[in-house]
Amino acid sequence: MTEFLQSLIRGLGSGSIYALLALGFVIIYKSTRVISFAQPAFMLAGAVLVSYLAAEVGFFAAVPIAAVLIAVLALGVERTVLRPMIGKPVFVVAIITIGVDVVVRVVTNAFIGLDVRQVGDPWGLNTVTLLGVEVQQRYLVMFGTTVAVVAVLFAFFRFSRVGLAMRAVAYDQEVALAQGISVGSVFALSWAIAGGLAALAGVFVATGAGVDQQLWVIALKALPAIILGGLDSLGGAVVGGLAVGVVESLVGTYQGDVAPWLGPNFALVAPYVLMLVVLLVRPYGLFGSKEVERL
Amino acid sequence: MKGRPELYTSYAQDMAFLNTRPKRTWTGALVVVALLVPFAITDDLLMLLATGFVAAIGAIGLNIVTGYAGQVSLGHAFFLAIGAYTGAALSGDPDGRVLGFGVTSLPVWLLASGLVAGLAGLIVAPIAVRLRGLYLAIVTLGLVFLGEHVFREWTSLTGGPGVGRPAAVPELFGVRLDRPSEFFSGPQQLYLLMFVLLVIFAVLARNLVRSRIGRAFAAVRDRDLAAAVIGVDLTRYKALAFAVSSFYAGVAGSLLFVVNGFFDPGSFGLLLSVQYIAMVLIGGAGTISGAIMGALFITLLPRITRELPTVLPFISADATGSVTVFQVEAVLYGLLIVVFLIVEPRGLFGIWVRVRNYWRTWPFSY
Repeated sequence: MTEFLQSLIRGLGSGSIYALLALGFVIIYKSTRVISFAQPAFMLAGAVLVSYLAAEVGFFAAVPIAAVLIAVLALGVERTVLRPMIGKPVFVVAIITIGVDVVVRVVTNAFIGLDVRQVGDPWGLNTVTLLGVEVQQRYLVMFGTTVAVVAVLFAFFRFSRVGLAMRAVAYDQEVALAQGISVGSVFALSWAIAGGLAALAGVFVATGAGVDQQLWVIALKALPAIILGGLDSLGGAVVGGLAVGVVESLVGTYQGDVAPWLGPNFALVAPYVLMLVVLLVRPYGLFGSKEVERL
Repeated sequence: MKGRPELYTSYAQDMAFLNTRPKRTWTGALVVVALLVPFAITDDLLMLLATGFVAAIGAIGLNIVTGYAGQVSLGHAFFLAIGAYTGAALSGDPDGRVLGFGVTSLPVWLLASGLVAGLAGLIVAPIAVRLRGLYLAIVTLGLVFLGEHVFREWTSLTGGPGVGRPAAVPELFGVRLDRPSEFFSGPQQLYLLMFVLLVIFAVLARNLVRSRIGRAFAAVRDRDLAAAVIGVDLTRYKALAFAVSSFYAGVAGSLLFVVNGFFDPGSFGLLLSVQYIAMVLIGGAGTISGAIMGALFITLLPRITRELPTVLPFISADATGSVTVFQVEAVLYGLLIVVFLIVEPRGLFGIWVRVRNYWRTWPFSY
């Protein structure tokens, strides 16, 4: 039971990282109908930025500064690279974001070097005993922060004027434009939010083990999460992210005993199996809206 | 119709294999040049071009499913891997360290790789047919990750990560093509082999897409609902597109590492899939010649960036300086894709169309 609970909390912790990333993907997708493959690079850049800033201003000040800086970077990318591509085929745009990802990532890697950089977080690998179960503090922090961020985001979309504008654009761009909403700034804002979320996720990934050049691979785990939850559902992104984290963690704990023939490291691809299974039953994910089409 | 070569009087003429006179002349000229190239340039460039031709076969395959039938697949690396391992296992040494059956005849393992990969494509197709757009892209991406896992663990076939296994043996009628013969060097023979295969598969693809099947693909791409209404069987044609595309991927995969002679299960990751998508989009989606141009462009790009240090002195050619050639190569790769697609979303083929139209009406610009 203890093993199960530990595994579950580990899963919820890493799942909240995937949830943050998945939210970024979904926010961009909802406003621009494009999947941004640049998220891994923003995540890496956020973690690296914190690893430099933490030495100057301390970890807790460094995280929001880095998130804002990455948000500005993402906004800049949207304005320069993505804006000319409005109305072009979505897959051409997706490939462009891959190009952006490569460029940002290579430049960031130059700042990492060959060593592992520490982000200077106060938790490290320390543990705390919670209801008789020993868990790492950082997983609790990840989960708690993500819950707070998600609550703020949902309140923002639900109650603020800008949030309402973003929902309107997601619903119908032309109608939103006719209501006096600046669709362009909504695009830019959604990229900025996604960039900030990715930076935060990057910091969480880097707590404990530190930043190295392979960190970006983690961000790809958000892809099964968004498909699982449905591409255009914010709630789905959170549920999908947590589900991916938990499944990965549980498979990692038990698969060695239950099904060793699947080979070690099967946990890393388990989210994709989960995604395939869910899609066989529900082609638009758990919470995605079915496309309504007419000829 | 004498003296009026551009006046078409029948549908067959319009849909002909090479439907204009300039196309016939220039294709012929290109083939002649390509056949003469091996006697003019160095062996390492020949090997690179041969790899480019193989990549072009794979890109044509991806173009059939993505460019013609409109189903974006990020799973091409998976099918390339299936082809590569089928070819390598069939032609491998039966007493070797890894699985091998000793069938070294090139046509046999080439077709077998294509068929096995095509079958895999058919098996995947039912899932793919249910999904659309970005959902499909990410699910096929999942296929790549699952494949990577299987190939990493199946060490008796793949040799395991970091170790790898020998690639397929290119033996035609008892002659090893990768070894120097009486008249040609090894790279020259491989270059010619790959070129001939590329021509064969390009002609087959062009014939496929200008047939009834190709028109059905285009209808599915442009609006699948409308295609279904006019009587195109969506399930059937989407599955067919996946099968044909995977067949091409299998063929290309089995040849891809013949030039190097060795490969590792780590080669078939997300990066490879992205490269093939980039080939198709940079070359121009929905054209055979575009796929070939894109494949050659992407294959030659690292080589071009490697020449940069001689031109730009602040880039150090070794791996220790402040700005290394590897970093420049990677950044340039990304930047080129970005700039290229912003400036010309139709890719190299789009540029070609603009140049052609400019000169067709020259000196009048309208």
